[in-house]
Amino acid sequence: MRPRIVIIGGGTAGTLTANRLRRVYGDSAHITVVDRDDRHVYQPGMLFVPFGLTDPGRLVRSRRAQLHEGVELRLAEVDRIEPAEDKVYLDAGEAIPYDVLVIATGAALLPEETEGLTGPGWQERVFTFYTLDGAVALRDALRKFEAGRLVVNMIDVPVKCPVAPLEFCFLADWHFRQRGIRDRVHIDYVTSLDGAFTKATCNRELSGLLADKGIEVTTEFNTGQVDGPGGRLVSWDDREVPFDLLVTIPLHGGSAIIGRSPGLGDEIGFVPIDRATLQADAAANVFAIGDATNVPTSKAGSVAHFEGETLVENIRRFLDGRELEPSFDGHTNCFIETGFHKALLIDFNYETEPLPGVFPEPHLGPLRLLRESRLNHLGKLAFEWVYWHVLLPGRPMPGITAQMQLAGKDLDASAIERSTR
Amino acid sequence: MTTTTLTDTPVERDAEGFFVHPEQWTETMADEIARENGVDTLTDRHWQVINFMRRTYLETGSAPSIRTLGKVSGVPIKELYQLFPKRPAKLAAKIAGIPKPRGCI
Repeated sequence: MRPRIVIIGGGTAGTLTANRLRRVYGDSAHITVVDRDDRHVYQPGMLFVPFGLTDPGRLVRSRRAQLHEGVELRLAEVDRIEPAEDKVYLDAGEAIPYDVLVIATGAALLPEETEGLTGPGWQERVFTFYTLDGAVALRDALRKFEAGRLVVNMIDVPVKCPVAPLEFCFLADWHFRQRGIRDRVHIDYVTSLDGAFTKATCNRELSGLLADKGIEVTTEFNTGQVDGPGGRLVSWDDREVPFDLLVTIPLHGGSAIIGRSPGLGDEIGFVPIDRATLQADAAANVFAIGDATNVPTSKAGSVAHFEGETLVENIRRFLDGRELEPSFDGHTNCFIETGFHKALLIDFNYETEPLPGVFPEPHLGPLRLLRESRLNHLGKLAFEWVYWHVLLPGRPMPGITAQMQLAGKDLDASAIERSTR
Repeated sequence: MTTTTLTDTPVERDAEGFFVHPEQWTETMADEIARENGVDTLTDRHWQVINFMRRTYLETGSAPSIRTLGKVSGVPIKELYQLFPKRPAKLAAKIAGIPKPRGCI
């Protein structure tokens, strides 16, 4: 029997899953990816677009071209998943049956969920760089921005790449310094969290950098309303932050497909799964990977990459009738651009906070963790090539294991936060 | 972690006042915790949120966020801020006797 594996979503997670499965199964499984279009966007590049540091055109490639030729790509809108029937229903009414389903539908932006955000002023003085079109519009607005208050607002977690809003602040600082007008621009980072970042050790390092660069941080601000014409953010408890230019990171939720699928999603549309095996709570033959899940780690491409190994192994075990392997540890690895050709690198998992040290090789590095360096910046730039040529094809990264390694990290017992779960 | 006494019963709470063991909590303790935190009287609307918090925690192992509360508890976000000033999700968790909500990243 040739098992039929259906993957919904041809983004980072869906593509690398399809290619890894193809490598394992060859022609002995039927692998189908369903997506609505053939545009694969290199999302980490969107951060650089507003500053003219990358050309938006180079960030988009064909989804088809990223998939092994033995993988079927269906371009169609998915209406819903019926886990009780083992079928995916397309908009046109057609049903695709599956033996195993992989949900890789990512996260959706929900700007309309915040009162006033997409009202008057949207795309005029209120922008987001979390879409490619938004990033281009923001680039044009930044070029014309000569003085005033630039506010970057992370409305609430979860968001994709939670360090990106901070990176935007660092790059904005650099941008205005290069133009010689930094003294005329006030940058305020407004967040719902009680610090710049939720991980304590990382928060310390990042807060220092923000202070050094003269970036104000407003914490525990829960945006209830955006007043575009009046240029102000209003919180649920009636605090206000004025802006001349607002860069918003809208609320995120799961894909609307999940919302239409009975019993699969939580109240904001993410898919509850076992955080170590990636099997969905709703059905034994359904798995989820990447931004679509509810696991308590960052929504980031590196997470999808590390999850890929666990996922493919567990799909094999499921189809063979064997017990699943609880091997995903929450491993996340992020470069944080800090401007001036420098970047930080952080590496952590469910249980271990980002720690200082070297990466990936103990003693050798060559990358330094939790410290700014030029080499880290070069690493971030090199990642674009790695993304298309190693990560999406589903190849292992030399020297970088799916499970986080403590070797190379400076272990200070007090910095290791044990999960309470 | 410190042991304090609520309604003459010793309970263990963390440095910020969140329960370490939710099973130590009883309904009668809620009034006392509320007063400690500047909420003088617990109304039916407070209880709707407290019960929702506790039920969600016991079922899922994690406390709901303010966004989830606004969507599912039946009490809109604006009112949550009136009932549990400043940090509704944290304060309601504290009064409901469940551990501190873990912000995801």
